[in-house]
Amino acid sequence: MFNLKTTPFHERTSKLCQPQNWRKWAGYFVAGSYEHTLDREYWAIRNAAALIDVTPLMKYVIKGKDAAALLHRVTTRDIYKMKVGQIYYTGWCDDEGKMIDDGTVSRLDDSTFRLTAAEPNLRWLTMNAAGMDVQISDVTDEVAALSFQGPNTRKVLNLVCEKPVDELKYFRLMTNTIQGVGVTISRTGYTGDLGYEIWMDNNDALKVWDALMEAGADYGITPVGILAMDMARVEAGLFMLDVDYTSTTHAWIEAQKSSPFELGLDWTVALDKPGYFVGRRALEREKREGSAWKMVGLEVDWDGMEKIYKQVGLPPQIPGMAVRASLPILVGSVQVGYASTSSWSPLLKKYIALAHLQRPYYEIGTEVRMEITVEHHRQYAPARVVKLPFYEPEWKRR
Amino acid sequence: MISSNTYDAIIIGGGHNGLVAAAYLARAGKKVVVLERRHIVGGAAVTEEIFPGYKFTEFSYVVSLLRPEIIRDLELPKHGLKILPLPSTFTPMDNGDYLASWDDHDLTRREIYRHSPLDAEAYDEYSRVMARAAKAIKPIINLIPPDPSSLHPRDLFNLLKLGQYAASLSEKELYMIAKLVTQSSADLLEEWFETDALKGTKAASGIIGTFLGPRSPGTAYVLLHHYMGEIDGAFRAWGFAKGGSGGVSGAIANAARALGVEIRVNSPVKQVKVKSDPSTGSGQARVTGVVLENGDEIDSKVVMSAADPKRTFLQFVEPKHFPDEFVTAIQNFRVRGSSGKVNIALSRLPRFTALPDEPALYRGAVSISPSIDYIERAYDDAKYGQISRRPYLDMIFPSMIDPDMAPPGQHVLSCFVQYAPYDVEGGWTDEKRNQLGEAVISTIEQYAPDIRECIVGMQVISPKDIESIAGITGGNIFHGELLLHQIFFLRPVPQWADFRTPLKGYYFGASGAHPGGGVMGAAGMLAAKEILKDGF
Repeated sequence: MFNLKTTPFHERTSKLCQPQNWRKWAGYFVAGSYEHTLDREYWAIRNAAALIDVTPLMKYVIKGKDAAALLHRVTTRDIYKMKVGQIYYTGWCDDEGKMIDDGTVSRLDDSTFRLTAAEPNLRWLTMNAAGMDVQISDVTDEVAALSFQGPNTRKVLNLVCEKPVDELKYFRLMTNTIQGVGVTISRTGYTGDLGYEIWMDNNDALKVWDALMEAGADYGITPVGILAMDMARVEAGLFMLDVDYTSTTHAWIEAQKSSPFELGLDWTVALDKPGYFVGRRALEREKREGSAWKMVGLEVDWDGMEKIYKQVGLPPQIPGMAVRASLPILVGSVQVGYASTSSWSPLLKKYIALAHLQRPYYEIGTEVRMEITVEHHRQYAPARVVKLPFYEPEWKRR
Repeated sequence: MISSNTYDAIIIGGGHNGLVAAAYLARAGKKVVVLERRHIVGGAAVTEEIFPGYKFTEFSYVVSLLRPEIIRDLELPKHGLKILPLPSTFTPMDNGDYLASWDDHDLTRREIYRHSPLDAEAYDEYSRVMARAAKAIKPIINLIPPDPSSLHPRDLFNLLKLGQYAASLSEKELYMIAKLVTQSSADLLEEWFETDALKGTKAASGIIGTFLGPRSPGTAYVLLHHYMGEIDGAFRAWGFAKGGSGGVSGAIANAARALGVEIRVNSPVKQVKVKSDPSTGSGQARVTGVVLENGDEIDSKVVMSAADPKRTFLQFVEPKHFPDEFVTAIQNFRVRGSSGKVNIALSRLPRFTALPDEPALYRGAVSISPSIDYIERAYDDAKYGQISRRPYLDMIFPSMIDPDMAPPGQHVLSCFVQYAPYDVEGGWTDEKRNQLGEAVISTIEQYAPDIRECIVGMQVISPKDIESIAGITGGNIFHGELLLHQIFFLRPVPQWADFRTPLKGYYFGASGAHPGGGVMGAAGMLAAKEILKDGF
């Protein structure tokens, strides 16, 4: 029977996934959650050690004399400045300066990089590599990946790894050995907490999983699905392709496209870097003229929401997970934007959202109203524009 | 006593366009009669039981372009229309492998990835580019084509609308459209893909119903034409009508009858009655009705032909009633039939060697199109009057989609075959027909060696048979090739693409009119709307 792929961890994850809520991710099945409610999984990310199968992430190895030149050309970061062992988060744009995708670039050695992406990008990379001395290989189906997130992850890794990870800095990577298996460990993640991502050959996947589960038992290690991760990433102010923005390659109309500035990625756009990069001219112009939109954080005013619910005799009703539905944002009675993901934050005890607002409403502190549905009626809860991320523990970078 | 044989409008031809037009006119309160030559309605959209128990969707076999507004306006579901999904396409390859695509994006990407990672991505992008181009061109389909040389207010208004629309397209979209209307499908596809079976399968849809090969310029547009069905996204792409294409005609006929349309079968029209109009004083001719082959006369001030352009303008009406140039243009209209149909009754499903355990793919299309060269070679044979030795085949098992098409456990196979030239060397004889059937069976045999063991009965339809049975001159499935010089304001004839004709009261609303063929119904609907605008 034709079907999507399962990851190399499936033998373990399929036995653990109680609700059998498999989700499609880039042609793979992954567990939505392992338990029927998300609470314990969410709190494992924030308080212990969450083990998340992120194998479906697209992974490319870019190798050769011109590898750096290719990534310098394609991404918005200054790749020439990158040191071996360093990782950059970056977006990449079309020539109109609109986002195609985003991911991380890791410099594995002088002429070898690994790029992760949400969507297939082999064609885009190949097109941009015309005339360059570079090999691009899609290793998505050969390299398994685990995201290991939470404040206890360092202790667990120190127990199972041949070399301690204490010195591994934020957005750096190292090679290491777990149970005799060679792995790459990067200090990265999609939760905004202390965390690592472990990259290994498919054939070694179960060995690494088992070693981590065993060593982590005393530290609250918990297999976590992508639904709990979705809540954590909203708190961390991290957006998702196809949910919070539309790739230019998917967009039907211009209005659906976003620039990195509009997504709050100003810090990743190195306009001072030497030479051409795709989208440079458009991004320079946008920098000069300012952006029409901006992605910001929204905090819904709890008291205001309580009042609206009180009118029908209810306490506020908030879904216990991230909601990927577009919600209109108003100032007065005029729509000035929309929230693309909203979520209850179990840690902050707040209803938060990633929102896209038009100039000038994206300034921090702007008072807006967000649509909520109260007993089948449309209502508007007061909310305020806040700085992202919503939550950033001091141990994230330390 | 005149009243019984006097109507507000007469529709010649009970194919789907004729029925659609009739239904729309009746819906506007008109008294309408449809005159069908055969004993059943449907034209080329008919289902017939040639072998007892096996229902053949004889000519047209899939639905992609039937306008959703027609389905809504005429309440076709209430009258029995169900369009069932055709969820996949499967192309067996010469190396024993296969290439498949599904309506699920992730599955399709995984499958193409197996053959070429670059093609897997290009496929996504290509689909979007084509869908965007189709979206850009779609408004044109529903616009009555303006005559760019006319100063008539209606033409000017439509031309203005078209101009405004063109101006609303981005530069990129305009370039894309310019390329699509000038390129060959092979050139277009070679810009995108490297997998032969993928290019072959895509290219095939650029040559269907034309007498061109994938390397002939202009075929890229035909490819786009076939994409039109896909832009409604979830509102549905390709499908198979319950009961076959006859199910579509049946539903439209039921809807038309419910609206008061009278449908007369076995009523071939001999001639459209014409007389000089004394009211104009200038001697301009106008229609007054029709004469049937049996001599019966039916009167009406409005006659719409849903037959092909040649019959409509060269047979039903004496050419003297039209300007010379018009007659010449119709004579030059290209209606070269290039395809045939082989319908097979099967005792069981054949086994494709490339698909050991995959019954799911039998529910979709099977395309014999291993490469562009394969199809171009098939065309080479046809160019010089031969039946393709190894033809392009587009096959479906209707009984796998609608189990009522064959006796339980048994099956029917519908094979669209190209190329089978209308002007085959020596003419179409039984021997030639057998040759066509044999070319199809031996081609299938390459991929499903047990096909012969399963055959219970077989019907071979040549372009000549399409002409004699369905009544389409030249046997072209689109009533005239969808070539660039025969579309839009040039279809069927420049200046007369708005469903009117030089003969007052005589209208033309079939596949040979804008916007062209496929079980689309648009020509019938648009013609009816124009007739109503003229008031009568």
